[in-house]
Amino acid sequence: METLRYEYPVSKPVKRRVHVGVVGSGDLEVLIEPVDGDTAQVVINTSVDGFGRVWKTVVDRFFTRFDGRVAIEINDFGATPGVVLLRLEQAVEELGQ
Amino acid sequence: MNAQTDWKGFLARRSFIELDARERTIALLDAGSFREIVGPFDRLKSPWLPMQGIVAQADDGVVIARGTIDGEPAVVAAIESAYQGGSMGEVSGAKIAGALELALRDNENGIRTRAVLLLETGGVRLQEANLGLAAIAEIHAAIVALRRHVPVVGVIGGMVGCFGGMSLAAALCSYLIVTREARLGMNGPEVIEQEAGIEEIDSSDRALIWSLIGGEQRTRLGMVDALVEDDATQIAKQVRTTFALGIPKAYRCEALDTYLTRIGEVDTSKQLTGVQLATLWGNKGDSK
Repeated sequence: METLRYEYPVSKPVKRRVHVGVVGSGDLEVLIEPVDGDTAQVVINTSVDGFGRVWKTVVDRFFTRFDGRVAIEINDFGATPGVVLLRLEQAVEELGQ
Repeated sequence: MNAQTDWKGFLARRSFIELDARERTIALLDAGSFREIVGPFDRLKSPWLPMQGIVAQADDGVVIARGTIDGEPAVVAAIESAYQGGSMGEVSGAKIAGALELALRDNENGIRTRAVLLLETGGVRLQEANLGLAAIAEIHAAIVALRRHVPVVGVIGGMVGCFGGMSLAAALCSYLIVTREARLGMNGPEVIEQEAGIEEIDSSDRALIWSLIGGEQRTRLGMVDALVEDDATQIAKQVRTTFALGIPKAYRCEALDTYLTRIGEVDTSKQLTGVQLATLWGNKGDSK
């Protein structure tokens, strides 16, 4: 198990918090909460060690399209990058922005 | 399946099994009444799993919600089977026990509160050992205390089923609703195979497993109260019909003579088939 932390500059306020997914085999849960300030904090708890570079790429890509002032917690149980992006997009859809 | 398959009904149906614990809870409560308690953002998670290198889920795999059923206050506790096999740890178990105990207090104070348990669990979480077992014992005690006031309805939707200490919780419920896909038993077939060998039971033989401990067989043997399709609407309706029955006159778990006699009739030197078991036990002498 490994914990990864990333930060991104963001500008748009977010009103709601959102929870999607489950820490099941090949899946993950995503918790998104509004924060003050211009920095989005991402914390990833993953069951698979050594994939920091892949995670960074996936989350980098997500933040090229997302600009919300949020804290994101990801609890991962071996999801593939595609599933991770789908869950993040599902969460954003439920945020309504 | 009977001779004619109702394919229109089949297509129109909304699978309960495919819903996660939170969606199942929403599907059971009156529309718009779902209010989650100790949800994922409270982050009441297992302190023990990360110490053992396992990622913890923010709600420890149990959804507790208040709402109404037929307009009457209700509490639903739902186990998420996709997280650690729906296993009961210290936190997840305490959430269910706490919810039932608060419902008990409500009922004692004259606020009638119904309880529904959505049981999808392999039983105790082995990584949390005695702490999980203690929590399961608290759940048992809370069900027995609460069912004197108001029916406690258990639902096993599938596909994990309900095993171990939580199968006792299912047996203690006032009423039990299952689907064909559900399984109910003390030791799961995988555990039996692992401990006693493939000669004892072949857990990959799905037809055999379901013929012995599947929802349909358990219904045939009088160990559950209603067999329903894997349909969220039908299950929600059945929960309401079941509550309308009120508190049962007698509980299955009190019918010790019935079940001890049944066990005595089994020749354990041979593997029984589902048909043989149904013939041997064929729904006789049940208290309800």
